[in-house]
Amino acid sequence: MEETSVQPTHVHAPPQGFLWKHVFSLDHKVIGKQYYALALVAVFTGMFLSWLMRFHLVWPNTPIPGLQFLSKVGAPGGLITPEYYLSLLTMHGTLMVFFVLTNAPFAAFGNYFLPIQIGAEDMAFPRFNMMSFWTTFLAFLVLMLAFFIPDGPPISGWTAYAPLSAVGGDAGPGLAWGQNLWAISIAIFCAGSLLGALNFIATTIDLRAKGMTFMRMPICTWAWFITSCIALLAFAVLLPACILLILDRTAGTSFFIPSGLVVSDHLQPHSGGSPLLWQHLFWFFGHPEVYIAILPAAGIVSHILINSMRKPLLSAKVIIYSMMSIGFLSYMVWGHHMFLSGMNPASGLAFSFPTLTITIPATIITLIWIGSLYGANLRMDSASLFALGFISMFVTGGVSGFFLAQPSLDIYLHGTYFVVGHFHMVMGVAALFGVFAATYFWFGKMTGHMMNETLGKVHFWLTFIGTYCIFMPFHYLGLVGNIRRYSSFVNDFMGPLMPLHKFITIAALCTGAAQFIFLFNLVYSRFKGPKAPDNPWQGTTLEWTVPSPPPWNNFGDTHPIVYHDPYQYGVKGSKGDFIMQDSPEQATGGVAG
Amino acid sequence: MSTTHPSVVGEPPALISTPVAALARANARASSAAEASHSGVWVAIFAITMSFVAFTSALFVREGASGDWTHLTLPTILYWNTLTLFAASATFELSRHAIFVGREFRSASARSGSGWLLLTLALGLLFVAGQFAAWRQLSSQGLYLATSPNSSFFYVLTVAHALHVLGGMLALGWLVRQRLGGQPLRRRSFESTSIYWHFMAVLWLYLLIVLRTKL
Repeated sequence: MEETSVQPTHVHAPPQGFLWKHVFSLDHKVIGKQYYALALVAVFTGMFLSWLMRFHLVWPNTPIPGLQFLSKVGAPGGLITPEYYLSLLTMHGTLMVFFVLTNAPFAAFGNYFLPIQIGAEDMAFPRFNMMSFWTTFLAFLVLMLAFFIPDGPPISGWTAYAPLSAVGGDAGPGLAWGQNLWAISIAIFCAGSLLGALNFIATTIDLRAKGMTFMRMPICTWAWFITSCIALLAFAVLLPACILLILDRTAGTSFFIPSGLVVSDHLQPHSGGSPLLWQHLFWFFGHPEVYIAILPAAGIVSHILINSMRKPLLSAKVIIYSMMSIGFLSYMVWGHHMFLSGMNPASGLAFSFPTLTITIPATIITLIWIGSLYGANLRMDSASLFALGFISMFVTGGVSGFFLAQPSLDIYLHGTYFVVGHFHMVMGVAALFGVFAATYFWFGKMTGHMMNETLGKVHFWLTFIGTYCIFMPFHYLGLVGNIRRYSSFVNDFMGPLMPLHKFITIAALCTGAAQFIFLFNLVYSRFKGPKAPDNPWQGTTLEWTVPSPPPWNNFGDTHPIVYHDPYQYGVKGSKGDFIMQDSPEQATGGVAG
Repeated sequence: MSTTHPSVVGEPPALISTPVAALARANARASSAAEASHSGVWVAIFAITMSFVAFTSALFVREGASGDWTHLTLPTILYWNTLTLFAASATFELSRHAIFVGREFRSASARSGSGWLLLTLALGLLFVAGQFAAWRQLSSQGLYLATSPNSSFFYVLTVAHALHVLGGMLALGWLVRQRLGGQPLRRRSFESTSIYWHFMAVLWLYLLIVLRTKL
């Protein structure tokens, strides 16, 4: 072998040509951005659907111009029918939970930053990685197709409870091909997520740079790692559940459909199935899914807060152990979604106990954040504002969880807006705040351009105040008995609540509109934002050692060596009050704060 | 290891060439990516196990849900299929022996072991064909996917397993291609395929017990 011909082998060769660079790329960074773009499309679609629902709830007789073109049957003359309201509800939930809350904090940022933060050149299996994105994209297309078939999207909610979801077209609009598309889409999504989770786990175990021990990984890397372990188990159960559902719908089996079921005057040709079986399988996935959305956001928020405070957290290790116990316990609590299902009351009690237990690690994490913030000199930029906003949402949404964990209270509250307010705050908005924080924090690294801080802060305050205006009243509505999933309310006892509903709708329209500030900032900064330095926030972890944006092989032909714990802040280093993970210099002056 | 067989890359070959640093890096990367295939296959096994646990618990719940649970007689060919799959595991081990253990003695043959690998592939195919025969036999008795909950689970479990076996055969086919083409065989890729292949046999044994006792 001649000297000149010696080339370091890479996981894959540098991509050539537009198609291989930006579309079918093997590069984890491009794949991360693709996930982000997909989540962005999904979140704006989902938000638009929520606008339609909120508008219809308070102005049920005002036509929405143009909506009849989306569905002639569902919105004749622009007026939403009760069934089409449920279709919108189903699609809103499915898009948000699967394509936004799973994709953005976990798949998008995890793909982009996990390999860099552990000092790897790419994911362990770049081809699987590309496949997992395109599989997810296919799932998205299949789901969206439901809007454009005559039948329309399914009306069974994002949880697709059987037998409604299993019996087919007799049970209502969207339950023939719409529901098929839903089930196929989610099955495809499961396959993509399983591939992704497998890749994350193998990468974290095997591709860590020299010196990058497990306990030297940044907290967000830990969060993605733990999340991928959760996702691996959760989607491995949802996939069989979807297969059984598809078989019930198309092959005439009876897994979920009971005997003697008469729907629209038709005796269903099934017998002996168990509708509860679907709920068990679904929630065995569904509850861990909450942590798939929230743990990455919690990890990102910790990562950002440490950097903004310029000092380590009280205990990063305890946060990591708490995340692990949350991941473990998340598999023992699924029954708390089923207190009303007719399940044995004794098992309700059995599920209530671990549900209350899981609040302990969650509380520990929150207390560590708040305790570390005490007396810290926090840098107030958009990223840290959204990180603080995350804590606020997480606590507010979490506190209502204490109520819902008690079967006796849940029996009253479960069918009401109280639950809707709870999960929107603790799962939906909190995770999105984590995504916003991550975007403002890492945008410079990902694109080479910084985002506009003023617009970022305006976006934060409008979103923060707006979400409280939307979701706090939900709790009140729930307490007074406002039933969820109804497309309009009979005026008798709901009449006095209508002004509050109007307030929520106006808040939702305004808060949604504020997201266009973010979208503008994103697009504008991508092209016109000031150039991002390699390390704009004086960070210590490995993503700040590479150029902004990083080259296709991340670290070039060098291989980083790690000497420190991830967060050496508040020390006297040669570059300032921090020492980077790949710098061999030793800390002097001790940890401040 | 000072001598390396040209067709076998076990550990990073100690090539004496400069720049040494670049090569060491390259080798470190190549070997860690191969390590990952090892943990990747264990993670995949974990996920597949979880899926079959889900199917099994669905079976238990469905059995208790109503009184329509009847029993069906398993086609005898299933036991022959079991033997076939275990024989395929054994031939895979024989190929390992031919490739890695005896290599100092058989260094002339860079394609050693490909015969055993081909036999493994053929046995895998025979297994899937045997499962197909079992499905045909059941359907000739009037037992289709939707006939009864038992037959539903029979088809779901066996088809899901057969699809996973076909996945393993893809990996096997890739190994055979490498071997017949005389290309270097990475030990870790071989090991990963073998772990998965043996897991298929173990999983089948588990399923057979479930089918035998529950259906």
